Amino acid sequence: MLEVHHVYKSYEGKPLLQDISFKVEKGETVCLLGASGSGKSTLLRIIAGLEDADSGSVSFDGHDLTATPAHLRDFGLVFQDYALFPHLSVSENVAFGLKMRRLPQNEISERVAHSLEIVNLRGFERRQVTDLSGGEQQRIALARALATRPRLLMFDEPLGALDRTLREDLLNQLRSILHRTNIPAIYVTHDQEEAFAVADRILILHGGKIVRDGAPAEVWANAESAFVARFLGLGNVFKGEVRGKQDGERWKVDSRFGMFIVPCAHSHTEGDPVQLLVRPNVVDEGSNIIQGIVTDVIFQQDRFKVSLDNGLYFYLSQAPKMGERIEVFVKVECLG
Amino acid sequence: MEIGKQVSKRTSLSTFGPVSLSTPSRILLWLLPLSFFIVAFFYPLSRILILTLDADALTTGHILLASRVLLFTFYQATLSTLLTLLLGLPAAYLFARYDFRGKSLLRALTALPFMLPTVVVAAGFSALLGPRGLFTTFFPLPSFQFIGTLTAIIIAHVFYNTTIIIRLVGNALSSLDPRLEAAARSLGANPYRVLWHVTFPLLRPALLASLVLVFLFDFTSFGVVLLLGGSQFATLEVEIYLRVLRLPDLPLAALLSVIQLVCTILFSILYSRFATRSTIQTNPRSAQSNLRKTKTRREKIVVAAFIFLLTSFFILPLSALPIRSFFRLEADRGQRGGVQYGFTTDYYKELFINRRGSVFYVPPIRATGNSLAYAGGTVLLSLLLGFPAAFTLAQPTRLERILDPFIMLPLGSSAVMLGLGFILSYGAWLTSPLLVPFAHTLVALPFVIRTLQPAIASIPQRLRQAASSLGASPLEVWKNIDLPILRRATLAAGTFAFTISLGEFGATLLIARPEYPTIPVAIERFLSQPGGLNYGQAMAMATILMLLTVASILLIERVRIPGAGEF
Repeated sequence: MLEVHHVYKSYEGKPLLQDISFKVEKGETVCLLGASGSGKSTLLRIIAGLEDADSGSVSFDGHDLTATPAHLRDFGLVFQDYALFPHLSVSENVAFGLKMRRLPQNEISERVAHSLEIVNLRGFERRQVTDLSGGEQQRIALARALATRPRLLMFDEPLGALDRTLREDLLNQLRSILHRTNIPAIYVTHDQEEAFAVADRILILHGGKIVRDGAPAEVWANAESAFVARFLGLGNVFKGEVRGKQDGERWKVDSRFGMFIVPCAHSHTEGDPVQLLVRPNVVDEGSNIIQGIVTDVIFQQDRFKVSLDNGLYFYLSQAPKMGERIEVFVKVECLG
Repeated sequence: MEIGKQVSKRTSLSTFGPVSLSTPSRILLWLLPLSFFIVAFFYPLSRILILTLDADALTTGHILLASRVLLFTFYQATLSTLLTLLLGLPAAYLFARYDFRGKSLLRALTALPFMLPTVVVAAGFSALLGPRGLFTTFFPLPSFQFIGTLTAIIIAHVFYNTTIIIRLVGNALSSLDPRLEAAARSLGANPYRVLWHVTFPLLRPALLASLVLVFLFDFTSFGVVLLLGGSQFATLEVEIYLRVLRLPDLPLAALLSVIQLVCTILFSILYSRFATRSTIQTNPRSAQSNLRKTKTRREKIVVAAFIFLLTSFFILPLSALPIRSFFRLEADRGQRGGVQYGFTTDYYKELFINRRGSVFYVPPIRATGNSLAYAGGTVLLSLLLGFPAAFTLAQPTRLERILDPFIMLPLGSSAVMLGLGFILSYGAWLTSPLLVPFAHTLVALPFVIRTLQPAIASIPQRLRQAASSLGASPLEVWKNIDLPILRRATLAAGTFAFTISLGEFGATLLIARPEYPTIPVAIERFLSQPGGLNYGQAMAMATILMLLTVASILLIERVRIPGAGEF
């Protein structure tokens, strides 16, 4: 089990990571999701031992790794640009880590063959890595990392350089390989679709801190902050002001789109500023209504994305006319 | 194998270069190269400076002589530069604007002299126009004299440095946007006014940079001036040499060295200022769009005549040398008169014989062995010192930015001055042949570092990180990643060092032991001795040196990474 304790790191005087702590359980795939510059790759390099934290520690199965150099950590690393050794053939690339471990030759060949089998590239042994396509190169990089049977696998934007269809295909392969090998993994990406597809748990990094930590479905259902809701593109996010309690855990909240009844577990007092989320999926009935004039209608397979003059957007099953005034029932969520 | 293609699109500053080195390991890496520079350059330099401050150095007589020598050095360098410009500018225009058959071959031919040892060039002109030369033999003109004139020095300088103009000005010219000239034409400017008002102002930075560089080379030239001009044409370099070996006056030699060093540093600063300006191009275009074929009849004739002139100028001295080395042109041994012409291999055979009373104590061919041994030592030493320095320079911190100009300083210093410094500092060890590879390494090291450094910097950092995460220790990363990828650059750097050592003349002439001559030193001794046989042996030796150098150059061109080894 990997544990990251209170890691701090600053870069040229600016704080990049502030008090990062999390765990990766056995067999679990954890996804670090964040915009570029959020420090997620730096965090990965700190865990790999390629960079030192200013303070805090990384430990595995209870052993502190601070003094352990990268090459003795036994963590596999897969890069966005593959980082295949251009002067070595496919099998030499995959065998590299095994040679470093001074394994006997017959075991090396056996493991190289097995790793290439896992990524479906048997028969590529003698090829030059520079002759391979991007997707093939990335699978070789994965085979190279798998061959050493690492205690932990780390992926730094592994599919970032590939086109969309190839990405989906590789993502499926990757998920099934991770599942089969049961190796714990950390997956760094800025692409939320990728993160939701591959992760058992998602950590969202923002401003050097982990702003959300949870299972994909949980994070999707409860963004818990305006930043996460916007970053994940959950819907319309805007400001409101608490006007008083409606009943139990429901509050009256005013906004420039009208007065809403909002369920919220937190306790508020009158005048509190809050962030509200209105998902674009409309509901059949309820107490919250939003009105507006249709300014744009985009056909999206099984629905229409309808934009209103007030800046909000919704998904409707039937297309309204441009310029038409419409009213929709919506669910309003409080982001605190 | 295209290493460049592995480079990621999302490059940040930290993506390339060696694994981030800690300050202690940087200092450790610098230890060896820096100690070498201190021992081999800065300490000898300080000895020269101290000697200059001596009361014996700054006498009125010395200062008068020094100013006369300085004036002449400026004079010959100015004349040489102007004449180089006269040939170089049309040549640059030819290469930048015209497409003709054999163009790349002619370009290589014009670049060849620049890389040849000075003694080879001097021997080539001697073989063509010297008193025993081919031209003089077949067209005996009573008043014709070439060797021992200022003309010879200047012509050889033009031969040497025209390629600089062709390269710097030609490149600027071919990357010029042709639409600018077209626009000027459409606005009513005639071709001459286009040249004067548009083309020339745009080329000015490149022109100035190449001018300063040519001047710098002419200013510090040694072998050509000594061998073709003789001691009556004493430039600073030649005078230093004379005041060390022929008319010993070390304080004066030291004074001249300091003057020389100050001048070269000033020119170097001037050059780097122009050079940085000349790289700024408004709208660089591919060279292809500027090329054209000759159209009018007059243009055809002018261009063809110029190509012929250029080809002859560059090919004649270089081919005269090997021809003359196989061409018997004197009386037989022991016979007077009766000059016989014809093919002979005697000059080469004679190199293997240790004659009594000859200028050597050993068979002359030993000089070849010495040269190769020195060159081998230089290669080993300069790679040993160059690698750690290039490794840290590839990812520079403030330490490296401070050190960088210092390790390039030997480049701007004259070879004769380096030799003088060695004599002053390590005179007691002059009996040891080990001093020569040290001096050669000093000359070669800046080139070696500038060849290795960009190659090391081009290895993506992630390759090393990947190796590290697969369990490779820092040493194993270096052995398995850096070294194999750097093989080509190492080969190129080693060959650079080899070529430089083979051709080094100025420093070697001062510090080489008489019984361990190198090829250039042997050629100088043969040329300074009377007799057709000595002359023929000089030709044979120079031919061997030329072939060795050309072979090395071809190897460098094959293996070097584009852009590496440039300054």
